[in-house]
Amino acid sequence: MARYDRAITVFSPDGHLFQVEYALEAVRKGNAAVGVRGTDTVVLGVEKKSTPKLQDSRSVRKIAKLDDHIALACAGLKADARVLINRARVECQSHRLTVEDPVTVEYITRYIAGLQQKYTQSGGVRPFGLSTLIVGFDPHTEKPALYQTDPSGTFSAWKANATGRNSNSMREFLEKNYKETSGKETIKLAIRALLEVVESGGKNIEIAVMTQKDGLRELEEAEIDEYVAEIEAEKAAAEAAKKGAAKET
Amino acid sequence: MECVIGVVGRDFAVVAADTSAVQSILVHKTDEDKVMVLDSHKLMGASGEPGDRVQFTEYIQKNLHLYQFRNTIPLSTAATANFTRGELATALRKNPYMVNVILAGYDNDVGASLYYIDYIATLHKIEKGAFGYGSYFCLSLMDKLYRPDMTKEEAVDLVDKCIKEIRLRLVVAPQNFVIKIVDKDGAKEYARREYISDSPPDAAPVSEA
Repeated sequence: MARYDRAITVFSPDGHLFQVEYALEAVRKGNAAVGVRGTDTVVLGVEKKSTPKLQDSRSVRKIAKLDDHIALACAGLKADARVLINRARVECQSHRLTVEDPVTVEYITRYIAGLQQKYTQSGGVRPFGLSTLIVGFDPHTEKPALYQTDPSGTFSAWKANATGRNSNSMREFLEKNYKETSGKETIKLAIRALLEVVESGGKNIEIAVMTQKDGLRELEEAEIDEYVAEIEAEKAAAEAAKKGAAKET
Repeated sequence: MECVIGVVGRDFAVVAADTSAVQSILVHKTDEDKVMVLDSHKLMGASGEPGDRVQFTEYIQKNLHLYQFRNTIPLSTAATANFTRGELATALRKNPYMVNVILAGYDNDVGASLYYIDYIATLHKIEKGAFGYGSYFCLSLMDKLYRPDMTKEEAVDLVDKCIKEIRLRLVVAPQNFVIKIVDKDGAKEYARREYISDSPPDAAPVSEA
């Protein structure tokens, strides 16, 4: 199989595009990211790996605003992310200029996925090593949306999803615990999913909340700590209830 | 012919423009807004070729927004003026934009500022300025009556005097105007001036604040 992973324009005999699969490996090594869609809120959460002491943590923003009503989080190669985010921001404004309408979440997702696909079918280039979670509100229907793209250029809509490190555990958790939520409950669900795989605490998590009215809002560390405390209290109460009934999980 | 007027005070700037859309002998509409709100604290009053005017000001506006998304902070008024001039200059020797612009903005560190940018990419930072045939009447009026420490009300009164003069002395004068103000609280429409035809020609303007 080693002969079939040099130029990605070449299929392997059994139909694989190895460069794309290797790109997915890069995503699997990236930081954990989660997205949850509620009825009136969408939440993005990203794991913050411990910052070196001398680094200015404010310069490492992991959740990017593409337009007033669209935000993006990703897992994988951050430098590749910068390129994609920049192209997406330009496309958001370009769309507004040509059709006098903001983009829908699906449009910009399709655009980003299209870019990622282009780089799986060109000579001498490698795919983008990242998967994105894109959230937003559609300008006319005002419905919240969550989409995911990956290095192969496929995209789909989700009620909740995770990508990056330990994304399988997070997705399992979400599948077990997802229900239609709104407002604070949506935020808590996203944080709970992240806490499954990330060390607890506001320092290690970055959360951004988007609503129709207020657009994107990054939560302060103190706010996140509050939610974490609430979640731990709920967990402890549930444990105590189970122990009280003399049952083990 | 289209008129755009601009006046700056210490912590605010006023941009006014006529609201006529005219092609040859036909008046398309009398409520065309030619003062575009570029972002929260910038106004761009533009006059000239109608297609170019809309295309160019919207292009500047979207580029301003893109800068803000990329850099999380807005572009300063001075930088915006220079960017606008640069775009006009680049297009000039190939496919010029026939658009004249009065740019007003408020920055927290600098206060209010006003820029004159004409279609061949001249850039001047000014305290008062005007474009169009109306400028022949307004500039001398402003020279006489402008003071740097004017209040908002005095500045709008100066603009009203200019509007009155344009209505009175310009043949085929535009009758209706829009006045917008930018200050530390943002850029917004201040008033419209509409001409009531059954009053005598120099009747006081009707305003809707």
